[in-house]
Amino acid sequence: MTGRIHSFESFGTVDGPGIRFVVFLQGCPMRCLYCHNPDTWVTGGGTEYSAEEVAARALKYKNYFAGGGGVTVSGGEPMLQPQFVTQFFTIVKNAGVSTALDTSGVMFNEADPHAYDGLLAVTDLVLLDIKHIDDYQHQRLTGHSNKNILAFARYLSDMDKPVWIRHVLVPGITDDDNYLHELKNFISTLKNVQKVEVLPYHSMGEVKYNKLGMDYPLHGTKPPSPERIKNAKEILKIQ
Amino acid sequence: MTYKAWEGFVPGKWSDDEVNVRDFIQRNYTPYEGDDSFLEGPTEATQKLWNEILDLSAKERAAGGVLKADTKIVSTLTSHKAGYIDKDLEKIVGLQTDEPFKRALQPFGGIKMAEQALNMYGYEIDPQVKEIFTKYRKTHNDGVYDAYTPEMRRARTAHILTGLPDTYGRGRIVGDYRRVALYGIDYLIAQKQKDKLNMDGDMTPDKIRDREELSEQIKALNDLKTMAAEYGMDISRPAETAQEAIQWLYFGYLGAIKDQNGAAMSIGRNSTFLDIYIERDIKRGILTEKQAQELIDQFVMKLRIVKFMRIKEYNELFSGDPTWVTESIGGMGVDGRTLVTKSSFRILHTLSNLGPAPEPNLTVLWSKNLPLGFKRFCAKTSIATSAIQYESDDLMRPEMGDDYCIACCVSCMRVGKDMQFFGARANLAKCLLYAINGGKDELTKDKKTGKALQVSPMYAPVLGDGPLDYNEVIQKYEQMMDWLAGLYVNTLNLIHYMHDKYSYEALEMALHDTQVRRFFATGIAGLSCAADSLSAIKYAKVYPIRDEEGLVTDFRIEGDYPKYGNNDDRVDQIAVWLVKTFMNKIKSHYTYRQSVPTMSILTITSNVVYGKKTGNTPDGRRAGQPLAPGANPMHGRDSSGALASLESVAKLPYEYSRDGISNTFSVTPASLGKDD
Repeated sequence: MTGRIHSFESFGTVDGPGIRFVVFLQGCPMRCLYCHNPDTWVTGGGTEYSAEEVAARALKYKNYFAGGGGVTVSGGEPMLQPQFVTQFFTIVKNAGVSTALDTSGVMFNEADPHAYDGLLAVTDLVLLDIKHIDDYQHQRLTGHSNKNILAFARYLSDMDKPVWIRHVLVPGITDDDNYLHELKNFISTLKNVQKVEVLPYHSMGEVKYNKLGMDYPLHGTKPPSPERIKNAKEILKIQ
Repeated sequence: MTYKAWEGFVPGKWSDDEVNVRDFIQRNYTPYEGDDSFLEGPTEATQKLWNEILDLSAKERAAGGVLKADTKIVSTLTSHKAGYIDKDLEKIVGLQTDEPFKRALQPFGGIKMAEQALNMYGYEIDPQVKEIFTKYRKTHNDGVYDAYTPEMRRARTAHILTGLPDTYGRGRIVGDYRRVALYGIDYLIAQKQKDKLNMDGDMTPDKIRDREELSEQIKALNDLKTMAAEYGMDISRPAETAQEAIQWLYFGYLGAIKDQNGAAMSIGRNSTFLDIYIERDIKRGILTEKQAQELIDQFVMKLRIVKFMRIKEYNELFSGDPTWVTESIGGMGVDGRTLVTKSSFRILHTLSNLGPAPEPNLTVLWSKNLPLGFKRFCAKTSIATSAIQYESDDLMRPEMGDDYCIACCVSCMRVGKDMQFFGARANLAKCLLYAINGGKDELTKDKKTGKALQVSPMYAPVLGDGPLDYNEVIQKYEQMMDWLAGLYVNTLNLIHYMHDKYSYEALEMALHDTQVRRFFATGIAGLSCAADSLSAIKYAKVYPIRDEEGLVTDFRIEGDYPKYGNNDDRVDQIAVWLVKTFMNKIKSHYTYRQSVPTMSILTITSNVVYGKKTGNTPDGRRAGQPLAPGANPMHGRDSSGALASLESVAKLPYEYSRDGISNTFSVTPASLGKDD
């Protein structure tokens, strides 16, 4: 079983707890306006690696995972390659390493809720991006409805899978107080949320768009001010 | 033997007719496992004094880097009258000359260098001094050049050997300055006299030199007494209080820097030793915490204003005007107790009390077993000041015991028991180009013929248009490394012979055991560039590009290759092979005075200058671009994250590079995680 991989990070400190080996998979169905990795979108790109190869790479750093770390699969969208990720997670879990899945949840389908049960069985933590609580705004931002994503969140709650909810804060797009309150209300219906993270938007992705010869949709958008970040954290009740 | 000064100390081997500072520390120190809440801020006197120094520093900068320079008085232990910054405020006294910020004239390493340095800053050397040191008194530099072979000169001109201590003091020798405080000078002289009496029998040249050096050491100890007497102090006896202990110890160090303008003048491992005196005085009720901190602050202040007269190229090589006054702090004892004391905190606290500074180079000997309170304090101070260096005590202790110190940035030596012959470094990246070009330098021209300078004997170059064959290149590279290692060791043998002869560090060596272990410290530069170049030749296709002379001056690379710094064994093992191979070649040669060969990979700043002197390399690096510092991956090529980069470096075998491996690594706080 091989997977299409964009890149590796041996010292991940922002995608889950502790020090983590992060695998960025290639390919994503979403087209978020603020995406800072447009080079991971195309599904045919990247480099093919077997699950064993990637596990061998990750396990080189096992000593560093002692303080609660482990591996994170991010992307791109890792749920586009569920068999590969399942196999990779199975190998590292057998070696005693904990696993985290950093996903938008967009691949989940309410009509076929058990499609990813195999993957979730070897996933210790889901980092779930809720990009916008309002469906219309979500479509404007990502090109997709958020219905399946919210359904995925409820599904994870029902099975009591540990989840960190992440929300990227973009001025004028995702930092509206009413929407943040709405998001908070939704999160409080879930019983499995260990942590809520506000990720302040940054414009470092713009360079990549220029390199790829693409227009940067958020050209001119500034990162949120410390006050707005604080405000969002307060609304979402993050200490 | 006993002294009033030793009252309250637990006696032992140290007080029993033997110079043994470690034994004194082990029997008397108080490990501290608490936090930093006991620390005190600076006193008013400290602040005033420090402001005067800041003022002088500003004036020095405004004057172009040197405020005052001695042009006439040759610096010795006793050459100058007492000098003060502000006598009434100073708890710890002593300056290199009779005025603060006045740089001393130190011509024993080389009169030309001393003169040049003065000229660069607008001073003229006194003609009489110049005459004495050209006509009547030979210098280290003259000795070296009298004996250099033409090949050594070529290697130097072409910079395949760089930074050799042949025109300046070799430094790196750390006297055990604690001995001055613990024993007083008279005791130390008596011991040295005994050693001299025992040094009898067949008068071989070696023994004659040893006897002569011992006499020089005894003279230096007497001179140190005279120097201290100039400040109104009698250091013939041991120090009786904490203030005296710090003062006596500092006098020992001051003598060393008046005697030697060394490339690195490190001070040893003193804070836990001094803590014993401070604790005793606090118990006796004659010292408060505030006063204890004041003594440490003012001691450190003196170490911050150590200055040498140096040429501008020297400062360029080292990116600044470093003195490497390294003080080693903390670590663990071999008995499992921590060597952290309250004074380990106090000395780091100077970074808050006086503000951050690069000197003295405060170096924490880090162990995973250090007390948590100290670890937290280190982290806190590092975050606030970025001015602490860390080195692995767990790695060094098994070999060096628990009373070693760091000289310069990474060289470890047992205090008072080991010394080293500093040997700068050989450029392995350039050596690879020599292998390809049969020992012709890719940048330096022969002045007579105008063609590429043939530096090594004429070895067979790589012929044809490529691609380069890995096995052929490796075979030629090994031959070239054979040549380079031999030349390098012999050049250093010669340099250190002359340094001993014309610029012997009598005082520093007087503060060592007479039977001292000597290290022969070689070094390499360009490791990652050489490893990546070999990887490119092996895994990609590298075509040589020749100039009209047939010399390979550039390379065309087809395809990609694994790069050192990504935890990829295909190339990391090439780097390991390079380190082992070159060290084995070094070891196969005779080294001066039975010294133990070691190697370092630690060009922390000079990699920039070495890069300037190195042509295009097969890894795609352009001529003149910097080599990576120390054992670092080449800039920007470690693309798999920090741990992969660190793991590559960690594969380099310390057994083959005992003089140290450095890796320059910086992270932004944000990349270490989010706010919690």
